[in-house]
Amino acid sequence: MLKDLFRKQKRYITVRPGTVPEREEEKEPLWIKCPGCGEILYVRELEKGLKVCSKCRYHFRLSAPERIAATVDDNTFQELDGDLQAVDPLSFPGYRSKLSSAEQETGMRDAILTGQGTIDGRSVLIGALEPNFVMGSMGCIVGEKITRLIERAIENKLPVILFSASGGARMQEGVFSLMQMAKTSAAIARLHEAGILYVSVLTDPTTGGVLASFAALGDIILAEPGALIGFAGRRVTEQTLKEKLPPDFQTAEFCFNHGLIDLIVPRNEMRQILAQILSLHSERG
Amino acid sequence: MPNVILDFEKPLLELENRIAELKQYAGEKGIDLEAEINILENRLRDLKKEIYENLTPWQRTQLARHPERPNALDYFKLLFTDFLPLCGDRCCGDDPALVGGIARFEGVPVTVIGHMKGHNTKENLARNFGMPNPEGFRKALRLAQQAEKFGRSVISLIDTPGAYSGAGAEERGQAWAIASNLFAFSRLKTPIIVIITGEGGSGGALALGVGDVLLMLENAIFSVISPEGCAAILWKDAQRAPEAASVLKLTASELLSLGLIDGVIPEPLGGAHRDPEGTADNIRAEIRRRLQELRQIDAEQLVAARWGRLRRIGCF
Ligand SMILES: [Zn+2]
Repeated sequence: MLKDLFRKQKRYITVRPGTVPEREEEKEPLWIKCPGCGEILYVRELEKGLKVCSKCRYHFRLSAPERIAATVDDNTFQELDGDLQAVDPLSFPGYRSKLSSAEQETGMRDAILTGQGTIDGRSVLIGALEPNFVMGSMGCIVGEKITRLIERAIENKLPVILFSASGGARMQEGVFSLMQMAKTSAAIARLHEAGILYVSVLTDPTTGGVLASFAALGDIILAEPGALIGFAGRRVTEQTLKEKLPPDFQTAEFCFNHGLIDLIVPRNEMRQILAQILSLHSERG
Repeated sequence: MPNVILDFEKPLLELENRIAELKQYAGEKGIDLEAEINILENRLRDLKKEIYENLTPWQRTQLARHPERPNALDYFKLLFTDFLPLCGDRCCGDDPALVGGIARFEGVPVTVIGHMKGHNTKENLARNFGMPNPEGFRKALRLAQQAEKFGRSVISLIDTPGAYSGAGAEERGQAWAIASNLFAFSRLKTPIIVIITGEGGSGGALALGVGDVLLMLENAIFSVISPEGCAAILWKDAQRAPEAASVLKLTASELLSLGLIDGVIPEPLGGAHRDPEGTADNIRAEIRRRLQELRQIDAEQLVAARWGRLRRIGCF
């Protein structure tokens, strides 16, 4: 199933640690300029290095399939609820066409990929938000898939890992989206009562209603370096305050310095840190 | 008479002024103008009905935000006795944009929390326009947990443009505070009644919004984004907020028919700000009925049912 996703993928190429990704589309650019240092990078090299700039360590965004592939053991991922598809409950202007172009662009049905796999041999239920599907926003499908993943975790006593990359609640589904914040948070409260581990990983960008719900509720919260992480948009905050904000405002580093997250983990160490966390939780102390 | 008159209320104001003038004239001159006054008063009643029974979503938004609309402390006074304000999050400070405490509802102790707006600029500056910082949300959580400990029900009143988006709010974990409330309120072993009395603005509203029943006053709104914000995103033009208000389905009646809220509490004709006592009477009747039901349910079942309600929300 994951393979199908990659096949439909236009903008991304599979990234598997330790393997050379195959080129899927001939028209992919060969070179890309790093937003971090301005260096011109060879795309194939960039992808080999999990899309981290070799010069300045700038972390390019990963698609949801790339994220899953970079995290779970090879050939262990089994997608769940992949058939769920958004409807347009409010008949919101332009929403249907936005959904279909997002589907075309990303090869995904909505802004999250969930499933089961192993990390270093240990089973996990894992989900990754897709930043390029309507800005990774949470509507009914994202809320439902996360909730189902958590229910499965409770049923099978398996740990949960969620990678966030989202602009927040999805405006086009109105209060339905807003209530997914409550639904996912309440699901995590039940997971918590069941004594099951939940690791939340904040990647660029994690904002608004996603941060203010499941993403902030991990037993352990990790973040990628340089990721934008904050509740209100920087522009909104600047307008509110009518002053310029420090350059590190609402970054992973800012959150770390204010005690809001546990660790900043570079992408090339993420798998190893997750494996260590899973191992440390594999038996009671 | 309210001091702030909305555009669509102006025809009412004119009629009301004319009636007042006639009455004064009749009194001064000792002339009997009762027939004329009666005609105008009938016309006023019809016009009121016509205007308030056909409000557009944007007009309701304006009513929901009306500066003279009763705020949390007004309702505390109207609905409860023995109100004892309790303050502070036990960490950083006390948030004036979110008030709470203990009171009696028809004799029974309850915990009350609510966003707090002002009625004028000075009050609003003191209350940060009803936009809480993390301290406010943490205070609400503390009071709700205290309610659980002492077996009190929680009455939560929502009226906020949203959570405050200041640099300090970000530093002190605004998103974490909201998420913690969603998490903890969903498992509290005590009845929680939530009423959106004015503006239900996004995550800052939802932070007080997880409970066993979610009700809205007739002219309250509840939305994932403000109509202005929505218009700015959709059409790059915040001036088109009235259109956005229609698109967002943010009124009580629309949300009820979408199954997203449990009930609508009627407001007296003309809106809550023209008759706070009448509005409070309607709220009181609803709280009484709901509390009676909820108090009979055992705590485990209550929490399971609360989860069940949230679990079902979604369209696909
Ligand atoms: Zn670079």
